[in-house]
Amino acid sequence: MVKQETIETVREATEAYKYGFVTDIESDMAPKGLNEDTIRFISAKKEEPEWMLAWRLKAYRYWLGQTEPTWANISHAPIDYQDSYYYAAPKNPADGPKSLDEVDPQLIETYNKLGIPLKEQEILAGVAIDAVFDSVSVATTYKKQLGELGIIFCPISEAIRNHPELVQKYLGTVVPYTDNFFAALNCAVFTDGSFVYIPKGLKCPMELSTYFRINERNTGQFERTLIIADEGAEVSYLEGCTAPQRDENQLHAAVVELVALKGSRIKYSTVQNWYPGDENGVGGIYNFVTKRGICKENAHISWSQVETGSAITWKYPSCVLQGDGSSGEFYSVAITNNAQQADTGTKMIHIGKNTTSRIVSKGISAGKSNQTYRGLVKMLPGADGARNYTQCDSLLIGDRCGAHTVPYIENRNPAASIEHEATTSRISDDQLFYCLQRGLGTEEAIALIVNGFCKEVLQTLPMEFAVEAQKLVSVSLEGSVG
Amino acid sequence: MALLEIENLHASIDDKPILKGLTLAVEAGKVHAIMGPNGSGKSTLSAVIAGRPGYRITEGTIRYRGEDITGMDPEKRAQAGIFLSFQHPVEIPGVAFTTFLKSAINAQRKARGEGEIEITEFLKKIKQAARDLEIPDAMLKRALNTGFSGGEKKRAEVLQMTVLEPTLMILDELDSGLDIDALRIAAEGVNRLRSPERGFLCITHYQRLLDLIVPDVVHILVDGRIQRTGDPSLALELEERGYGDFIPAQAGQ
Repeated sequence: MVKQETIETVREATEAYKYGFVTDIESDMAPKGLNEDTIRFISAKKEEPEWMLAWRLKAYRYWLGQTEPTWANISHAPIDYQDSYYYAAPKNPADGPKSLDEVDPQLIETYNKLGIPLKEQEILAGVAIDAVFDSVSVATTYKKQLGELGIIFCPISEAIRNHPELVQKYLGTVVPYTDNFFAALNCAVFTDGSFVYIPKGLKCPMELSTYFRINERNTGQFERTLIIADEGAEVSYLEGCTAPQRDENQLHAAVVELVALKGSRIKYSTVQNWYPGDENGVGGIYNFVTKRGICKENAHISWSQVETGSAITWKYPSCVLQGDGSSGEFYSVAITNNAQQADTGTKMIHIGKNTTSRIVSKGISAGKSNQTYRGLVKMLPGADGARNYTQCDSLLIGDRCGAHTVPYIENRNPAASIEHEATTSRISDDQLFYCLQRGLGTEEAIALIVNGFCKEVLQTLPMEFAVEAQKLVSVSLEGSVG
Repeated sequence: MALLEIENLHASIDDKPILKGLTLAVEAGKVHAIMGPNGSGKSTLSAVIAGRPGYRITEGTIRYRGEDITGMDPEKRAQAGIFLSFQHPVEIPGVAFTTFLKSAINAQRKARGEGEIEITEFLKKIKQAARDLEIPDAMLKRALNTGFSGGEKKRAEVLQMTVLEPTLMILDELDSGLDIDALRIAAEGVNRLRSPERGFLCITHYQRLLDLIVPDVVHILVDGRIQRTGDPSLALELEERGYGDFIPAQAGQ
């Protein structure tokens, strides 16, 4: 519940204020469209401090002067940013449930349908879950246990209120609002996301996991995640998404920032299975994501992703290897079927000496889908002894799909070494017949062969995700042959 | 009724006729050997029995347990108990041998309306079979046929055959690429599976395999047809005289 005082505070605190609140602050939804009022509404709803609103407004004004990037190998009808809702709270938010028992049973049922029994996972897997459902975090578990260790794991809206010094110090330092069109939009209107801080020298004792869901019709989702591993700390973070069927395209523009301080390690795993639209791509999610991490001295960041959903995926989880001896990894499986389009890859920016990076990308295209691997390996003049290895494999299923590989290499240091391997193949008739001869159906056979093709990447996922990801591979390729 | 009955089978690939009126019956409990020179249609025969896509059957029928399977999907034939041991087993990178075999067993069980195999039962079966075939445990964890030697591939075929428990087994040149020790181990594996319910079609060039897997009946396949059928002594005769005598007058002109 937002207090009138907060509204007053925000109003007073913001010089640029001139339109006034046209919206009832008690309402569960911001009115359709995007303007400064929408941003004030979100900020007020989140009871944010002045600096946060000011930052959002700066980002918004910057965004107004920008145009959508057109370099990606994707096509879609123009997005009408005024035809979306930018804030929707779930029913009965009140003060938010204190435990899972207080969560709306219907919500729990939705999770169950998606195959993610929150309670079971909590008990069996020992995973702490911060579930974002329609922009507001409704369940945070294990917080107390983690809190006792000094770990902060909470919705970012809460971190903005309770840990402003950390948020102010790091928010926007890896992905500034000027980074790109979608990042600027995210900075202006992000509603929630996760915040993680691991103190010096501590290894987080459990996998941290957030499940993002999109549920309110026609609501753009703009998560913002910030993970900070202090010196010598270690953390593994899992993110997974599944969305129920939709009729209209939904815009999704998340930003994830990872800060790996000296000697720390961050592993960030994603299984993305948003609604890809029907077989013609109608109704699928548009997923424009900016994910980037910065590595200080001897720090390590590893991205693993399994991308099977969305009508459009535009996503390049990257590492800025600033500190000497730091290393970055990117392991990716992207599966596109039907009319899906994916332009995904990574950027490895080598700044420090003896920095290393490894890229393993496995792309599977089926149906009439189109997929592009786009990667940048950049060695700056100071990156003496830096090394990169890139392996980029594409698998085609059927003859109507496309696979493209666009590796950019910029080497400004003669002492750096860069290796790139790429293959494109098809599932051979021999492989398929061999499987059929053992009694496997065509779809099962393809799922098995594709899982084998992706194995090197799937192995990098935490156990529970690896199993889910294998199932996803089968589901994603249903109807890809015949 | 024989287990497998092939009648007047004509099959072609890319409009080139390969089988030209082949007739053959394999009874349960029997091992039939098919011998023939290169290009006689041996591999085509095994492929069409297993239902490999790409071959066109222009005439004739294939019946299995009395049912016409001429146009049946290959996986349905496999589920019904037809197993083809490949001349060149196919590599599937990243798929562990055990994972593959478990998926195959479960697909076949599902087709029969049974639940998935108990993991302990599965492991017991596969480990026993592996021991009998002198296959080390480490090989079971490796990707299917990937980097396997010729001998390992063929023993892995026999291992699959043992665990899947088929009724009709087609051995397409089991002996190709095998040294004598590996061949003996593979042949012993096949012999262990011989039973009154099961039939075997053993396709080979050489007598040496038939010394180890002793057939009940030997057929000579030349130019897409069975030219002669006889007892095991026919194979010995062939070994001595070559295929020359069996080539029909009109062929080869």
